[in-house]
Amino acid sequence: MGLTSQSTGIGALKEMLDIQLNSPDDIIVALAGNPNTGKSTVFNSLTGLNQHTGNWTGKTVTTAQGYYKYKNKNFVLVDLPGTYSLLSNSVEEEIARDFICFAKPHATVVVADATCVERNLNLVLQILEITDKVVLCVNLMDEARRKKIHVDLNKLSKILGIPVVGTSARSGEGLKDLMEAVYNVSQNQIKTKPIKIRYNDSIESTIVSIENAIKGLIDDRINSRWISLKLMDEDKSILDSIDKYLGLNLTKEAGDIYRSAINNSEMDKYRFSNLRDQIVTNIVKLAENISQQVIHIENKNYNRLDKKIDDILTSKLFGIPVMIALLGLVFWITIVGANFPSEALANLLFGIEDKLTELFMAYNLPSWLHGVLVLGVYRTLAWVVSVMLPPMAIFFPLFTLLEDLGYLPRVAFNLDNFFKKACAHGKQALTMCMGFGCNAAGVIGCRIIDSPRERLIATITNNFVPCNGRFPTLIAITTIFIAGAAKGALQTIIAALTITGIIVLGVLMTLLVSKILSKTILKGLPSSFALELPPYRKPQIGRIIVRSIFDRTIFVLSRAVMVAAPAGLVIWSMANIHIGVGSLLDYGASFLNPFARLLGMDGYILMAFILGLPANEIVMPIIIMSYMASGVMIELESIEALRNLLISNGWTWLTAINVMLFSLMHFPCGTTLLTIRKETKSWKWTFISFLVPTITGIVITFTVTQTVRLLRLI
Amino acid sequence: MKENIIPLSLIPCGKSAKVKAITAEGTLRRRMLDLGLVIDTIVKSLRKSPSGDPTAYEIRGAVIALRSEEASKIMVEPL
Repeated sequence: MGLTSQSTGIGALKEMLDIQLNSPDDIIVALAGNPNTGKSTVFNSLTGLNQHTGNWTGKTVTTAQGYYKYKNKNFVLVDLPGTYSLLSNSVEEEIARDFICFAKPHATVVVADATCVERNLNLVLQILEITDKVVLCVNLMDEARRKKIHVDLNKLSKILGIPVVGTSARSGEGLKDLMEAVYNVSQNQIKTKPIKIRYNDSIESTIVSIENAIKGLIDDRINSRWISLKLMDEDKSILDSIDKYLGLNLTKEAGDIYRSAINNSEMDKYRFSNLRDQIVTNIVKLAENISQQVIHIENKNYNRLDKKIDDILTSKLFGIPVMIALLGLVFWITIVGANFPSEALANLLFGIEDKLTELFMAYNLPSWLHGVLVLGVYRTLAWVVSVMLPPMAIFFPLFTLLEDLGYLPRVAFNLDNFFKKACAHGKQALTMCMGFGCNAAGVIGCRIIDSPRERLIATITNNFVPCNGRFPTLIAITTIFIAGAAKGALQTIIAALTITGIIVLGVLMTLLVSKILSKTILKGLPSSFALELPPYRKPQIGRIIVRSIFDRTIFVLSRAVMVAAPAGLVIWSMANIHIGVGSLLDYGASFLNPFARLLGMDGYILMAFILGLPANEIVMPIIIMSYMASGVMIELESIEALRNLLISNGWTWLTAINVMLFSLMHFPCGTTLLTIRKETKSWKWTFISFLVPTITGIVITFTVTQTVRLLRLI
Repeated sequence: MKENIIPLSLIPCGKSAKVKAITAEGTLRRRMLDLGLVIDTIVKSLRKSPSGDPTAYEIRGAVIALRSEEASKIMVEPL
């Protein structure tokens, strides 16, 4: 590729990610750090809303870039994937390493957790081997103070030879100092003198010989000492990256360079057989040593409270019941809380519908136009907004709260053994949690599972967790048919219990199907599992509300609205374009009807699921619209009216159960399918992800219906 | 001395042990090293998951859950 010095710095940067520089003078700052250190809080606090996300070129790892101004300079902050190390060769680690090494940011900020400095120093020391221009941001100082852990920042700065800034990004503490330090390092106002890790004499002398051999090749474009160490370590992934970004052919030449270097220093390969262990041990021991010098723990039992909480939340007796109870509580709050605003919104929006109708009449507009726009587009929209918005606006913040508290990793910890028995990965519990919000998000979340086999299992089964688009359907049907018999407060409790039961069923199906997949098309043994259980954190209520409203609620709702509007148009047309005696919808429904009857539903319901492929939110509106277009014309102002409509169309409790079961187990929505295609890069797996839940749903509803009928329960 | 070395998976909850060897290979070995599980590191067994596996260990100030398969590849000396 005959690349020149262009191939590092901005050139490589452009190649790695589509970065938007406003001017060549922009200062590029990389943000690295362990997961759970509040790295994204630092990122958000510095850049505000001035950021955009994208993908690393050719990698399914998302990146965020943000911008801020300081002392009249424009800074571009690149959020690298959170990693514990740069040595394990996961995709995330390669990206972080390559960016720091080849894109040559003007400064790299490493965010560390003040309550766990020793472990975080690992990454700091590894990054200092690559570049001198580093600022250490010791975040979560407020947590450390609360736990009475003292961090001597000045001493740490002296030992490491780089600026060290203490911050509590959540409250904005220390961010000015951080910006100042980044400014100074990137503008060379401060010359850093990073600590260098020393290895034993034989390693050091070999490094020197290799360094001499390659100096001519890489002429100062990257740190030659570090590259020499990687050559000795025979780290193939870094060699590939060097060849790619520097236009060299080290992959082929490495063997020769290495052999001649070894001859020069009269070493044999045997002595380096455990080189990787020695490298890591040196880093870990140095981190331990530094940590002992700068950390003073006043209260040795600083995490006793965490342990007490864990004693309950992950206990043999209470762990799983508490988990299910929490889930039930979240649903109960959602159902109770959403009741009133849902009704108020519905009244408002359907009131507007009447006004619209009057308007259409006043101007003598044709009735088909009124039908398409008001009864089709507007009514579907009104339904989607009034039914979806309130539960989402309550459910998402509650869920984000659990996330912020640090509870979700405990769920994975509690459930891992079941996933292991299903030959799947415990982190699948986390991707399932993400699926509650949106299955497409859950599928993207499957990236956290390293083993490709287990990632596929998690992807295919993600749809067994009902997403936010399906909750309103489930909640409405539960309220009408299951809880309808009870009165008052009991009603919402029964509704919450039913929904919780459905979720538990979804989890059981996930495990069962995962197991079946592991024994058939995705044969294999469970891979390794190491899951961090981070300390519990005090959540920030304000930020949770803002984040869940903006990042999730608005996103999901706007997607639903975008799909619902055209869908309303198509469906109304289908219900009202008559050929001969029936509408298009009638023909479709009567074609599907015999099959749907076997599953305990009817043709309109099945049709609604099929037409609801773009988004699950519109399944219920389609069912309602088809029933209303096919005769019974009523105003849908209350749950009671909905109940009457359904019953007059032949619904029984069995129909209700089957619709809920099928809602839980059927093909993923269009967005999720496209996401699966994007993530797996395979139409085959996309098709299987379509097929597996659909077949499961058909089998289950068929069995339930036939059993009930056989036993003459209905 | 030698008979004192047992897999980490056999360390009961609440007890600590010192890492003496890692028998895992490849990626898993690298992951373990990255967690700071080098020779002479002290590891404390904290608690078991409700169904008995995995187990949470305190490793260098962090709490990490390992399945018994992984923990059995870490040889330790009970303290």
